[in-house]
Order: sequence, then C-alpha cells, then structure tokens
Amino acid sequence: MENGVITAGLEKYFNPETTEEVKVTEGTHAASYAVGLARVKVISAYPITPQTSIVEKLSEMCASGEIDAEFIKVESEHSAMACVIGSESTGARSFTATSSQGLALMHEELHWAAGARLPVVMVNVNRALGAPWNIWADQSDSLAQRDTGWVQLYAESNQEVLDMVLQAYRLAEEIMLPVMVNMDAFFLSHTTEPVAIPKQHLVDQFLPGYNPKFKMDIKDPRAFGGLATPDRYMELRYNIQKSMEGALDLIPKIADEYDAIIKRHHGGLVEEYLTEDAEYLLVTSGTITGTSRIVVDAFRNKGIKVGLLKMRVFRPFPVKVVQESAGRAKKIAVIDRNISFGQSGIFFNELKSALYNLETRPLINGYVAGLGGRDVTPSTIEKVINHLIAAEKGEDLIWMELNYESDEI
Amino acid sequence: MIEIRMHGRGGQGAVIACKILANALFREGKFAQSFPAFGVERRGAPVMAFTRIDDKPIHLRTQIYEPDHLIILDASLLQTIDVTVGLKPGGKILINSTLAPESFNLPDKYEVRTIDANSIAIANGLGSRSTPIVNTAILGAFSKFTGILGVTAIEAAIHDAVPIKKEANVRATHEAYEKLKTDPVALMMEQS
Repeated sequence: MENGVITAGLEKYFNPETTEEVKVTEGTHAASYAVGLARVKVISAYPITPQTSIVEKLSEMCASGEIDAEFIKVESEHSAMACVIGSESTGARSFTATSSQGLALMHEELHWAAGARLPVVMVNVNRALGAPWNIWADQSDSLAQRDTGWVQLYAESNQEVLDMVLQAYRLAEEIMLPVMVNMDAFFLSHTTEPVAIPKQHLVDQFLPGYNPKFKMDIKDPRAFGGLATPDRYMELRYNIQKSMEGALDLIPKIADEYDAIIKRHHGGLVEEYLTEDAEYLLVTSGTITGTSRIVVDAFRNKGIKVGLLKMRVFRPFPVKVVQESAGRAKKIAVIDRNISFGQSGIFFNELKSALYNLETRPLINGYVAGLGGRDVTPSTIEKVINHLIAAEKGEDLIWMELNYESDEI
Repeated sequence: MIEIRMHGRGGQGAVIACKILANALFREGKFAQSFPAFGVERRGAPVMAFTRIDDKPIHLRTQIYEPDHLIILDASLLQTIDVTVGLKPGGKILINSTLAPESFNLPDKYEVRTIDANSIAIANGLGSRSTPIVNTAILGAFSKFTGILGVTAIEAAIHDAVPIKKEANVRATHEAYEKLKTDPVALMMEQS
C-alpha cells in the first residue's frame, strides 16, 4: 500500500473517499494526529509514561512545521493545565495530555477549567496510581476526577481515539465545558494497528475554527475570574449541569454528523452489541470491550443470549439509554478496571444507581478485573458471564482472578 | 488469525520489529495488531512483543498465550525462559543463532530454523558489535521461513517506520532472506 491508496479488499473498512491515508500506528500517535487535524493552536504538556509519545509526536510536528501550534514546555502537569486554561481563555483551541499521577496533580485546575467554561480537550492515558508504582492500564485515575465538571469519554481502539478527539472538540466548544478522552495504557497507547487519517478538508468541514463569545483580548478588555457571591454561584453551577445534560443529546448528534462527513461511527453515548434480545448483558468500557465482543459471539454460538453494552461516555452519565438498554436484560454484569475503595467498581455503582427507579429491576453484579494492567482475557470474561448466569441475587463486588486465597472467582 | 510472539532482550529491537511487521502486513491487505509486553525496560532484560494477523479488524486485546509462531532474537533466552510455552503444535520457531536448528533439542512437533542475524546486522552497521540490532534481519528470515509476508512489504515498512539507516536495514532484511536455509537437503548437508 502506498500512502493514500487502500489495498483492495479493505475498502469496506477504510473509506477511500474520506481517508487521506491509513497509518499503522499506536494509540498515542493516533491522538497526536487528531490534534493536528483539529488545527489546535496551543499545546502544553508534561511527559509521563505511557502518555509521553503523544506529546513527543506533537513536539516533532510543531518543530517540523507540519502543524502551526505553540508548544509550551512546562515543569509539571499542574502548569500544563494552567497553560491551556490561559490559552483557551484567549480563544485559542488548546490541548494537553497526561496519565495517572499527572492527572491527579492537575485536579485543582480541572475544576477551574470547567468552572471557567473553557473547552479544553485532554487525552488521558488510563494508568494505575501509586503507591506502589505501576505504569499499566487502570481507570482509577480518570474516574477519580468524576466530579470536576469534565466530560469523560472512553475509547476502545486507536481509530476511536482519533475520531473521539475530533468529536471532543466539537462537543467541548458547543457546551463550553472541557472534555477528557481516555484510552487504556499499552492496550491502546502502545499498540500498533491501522488507523484511517481523514482528509483535512473534511475535518475542517466537521470542525470549523473556534471563536468564543467571550475571550481575553487586549482590544476588547473584560474582567475574568471574578468573585461569585452566594447569590450568583449556585446558578453558575446549575448552568454547568444543564450543559452537561445537553451533552447527552449532542454526543450522538455529533457522532452522526461525523459519520455523515467522515463516514465512520463508533456509537453515541453507548454502543449496543447484540443487546436487543439479550437476557444477560455485559457492560464494559475501554479495551475490555473488544475482547468481550469475541466472548459474546462465542456464547451466542452456543445459543445463550448474551449482549454487550459499551459505555463510551461516563460523564455525563447516560442514565436514559442505560435504563432502556440494560432494563431489557434479566441479569447484568459490569466489568470495572477500577475500584472505589470501600464501595465497588465505579461504572457498576453508576449503572446500579441508574436502574434503581425502573419498575422491574434486573439483577446486577459488579466484577473488578484487570487492575494495574493485568490481562483481562476471553477466559476471564467467560468466567464473569458463567457466574452471572448462575447468580441468584445481585452482588456488588466480585474480584476476578486474585492470586491469593479469597472469595474471588 | 495468526499470532506471533517475539522474545528478545532490551536493545535488540523487538518492539520496532513488531511495528515493522504490522506495517508490512497491512501493506499486503491484512489487519495487524502489535504491541510489546512492557516490563521494567532496560538494555539486556528479556522482552516480549506480540503480533496478530487477520483478514478483518482485530478486537482481541490481550497478550498472546498460544502463539502460532515464535521469533527468538537471543538464543540464550532458551536456557532461562520456557519460550515455547503455549506454542501450537506445528508452530515455527525462528532463532537468531549460528548453531544448527537441531542443537536446541526442541520438540519434534515444532519446525525450527536458525539465522545468524547478529553477523548480518553487524556487517550492515546496525547497532554495535556487542549489541547488534537484529530486528530487520530476523524479519527477512521470517518472511522466507513462513511465507506469511513478502520482503517487498517489509522493505516499504522499513522506509516508513525506521527513522535512520533505512537502506542498511533493507539490506539486512534481504540478506537474511537469502541466507535462511529452508531446503531440507541444504539443512542435512549442514548437519553432516
């Protein structure tokens, strides 16, 4: 295959009319290419494994003139977020990326970016938090930022990372809230696979230039960052909530618009795979979803009605679609690559809460698996489904495949 | 789906080899997914990298436990790690070594070939004499051994994915392709 030409037989996977070229590339670089296509003006980031190659690539692209952006080097993730808060305040489309402890260090300013209504887009490579040190996949970093006012999206493939970053800018700039695009450490970040790079003029059509209503401009001075007294603050919080709720309608709409122009669709708030008649529903996010597809197919081949609900969006939480989709099933298994200590897996907890007001509630089990990058194999997922089928009452927390004696399965 | 597991040591280029492999396979109209098993990366430490090949998009995202074929970049790993663990019967094992395939005493259910990729890499100025970068040479031999992909695709992938010494890497691929002995008569001659 030469650049720009798609090998015969692959046209159904990569639309030749919308694709500039197919790069065989890693998840981190898929994010970098998306940032270039989005014509981002300011990039500021601090390196942390496994995110580093996102910004390494971007700094190369800036240095070579491939993209026209300012790359601001900083001494910490806290400063990186501060930089993009500043640049977004001037109306410049901005980007940063981080992982794990780096995201934790940004925490204070994540609130600020959302409260100041700045449409920053950040890629977070989901990595476990220390102690002890661990560089591998785990969603505890992003999920700990649940209440900061950031939209949170989760990708399953490198292609979805690229498409999601472009859609994230559209969403962020429509609702004036920051968006975090998450990908699993190594299972995406360092995995090389084909990624279609869309044509720039089509991306420009989908994502036009950004020009906010209010911005810092010395020719048009305004006051920013003022004090909001008790008679004002609550309404500003209400506005954030309304914008978040608006995102529930916008995310599927933007995905459809992307599909109309770029000819690719990964689902809206969720992706439903064989859920229509599913008695047993598996709920996943990130790369566990891909492996689950294979296991769901295997159960279907045996005549057992298993379906898969892929969560693409964590904040805002898509309560309505979850109620519709999960409400049809008899039993639900949620697999979490994260844990809220003293409670359960975090997606599980949200799902369970979303289903509470249904008249007929399905049985729901929470499974924690794959923390700190441990492999979640087809066999792990098969065990989850078999356990669910046999379950007589719901269990909030079931640990999968622990290496020492416990009540795990 | 075909699954390949590569064993090497940090610095030999296993990770880049799998990237080149994925790139080359895609050029031949196949879907490919490759990734390293990251441990505590340091020069000389054992590393593993994986490549999956299929005619359709690959959804499976786990390490490879039951590979179809193995590539061993450092023969000394055979003494310390059970490299054949999970390898399917009939699997092909390509070893970077000056020794004959029989000298490794691997089970008969596997097909074993060796290639002196170190000498080829050194002759082409790839890496140093003590740590030659053997990844592109081994891919040339792998191409001939398995027929899974052609050297032309590997050559194009090297041009795309290798930042420096592109021509030297391409030469190493071709030389290894030429040198790998697949003819049973030639193999017997070598043993005798």
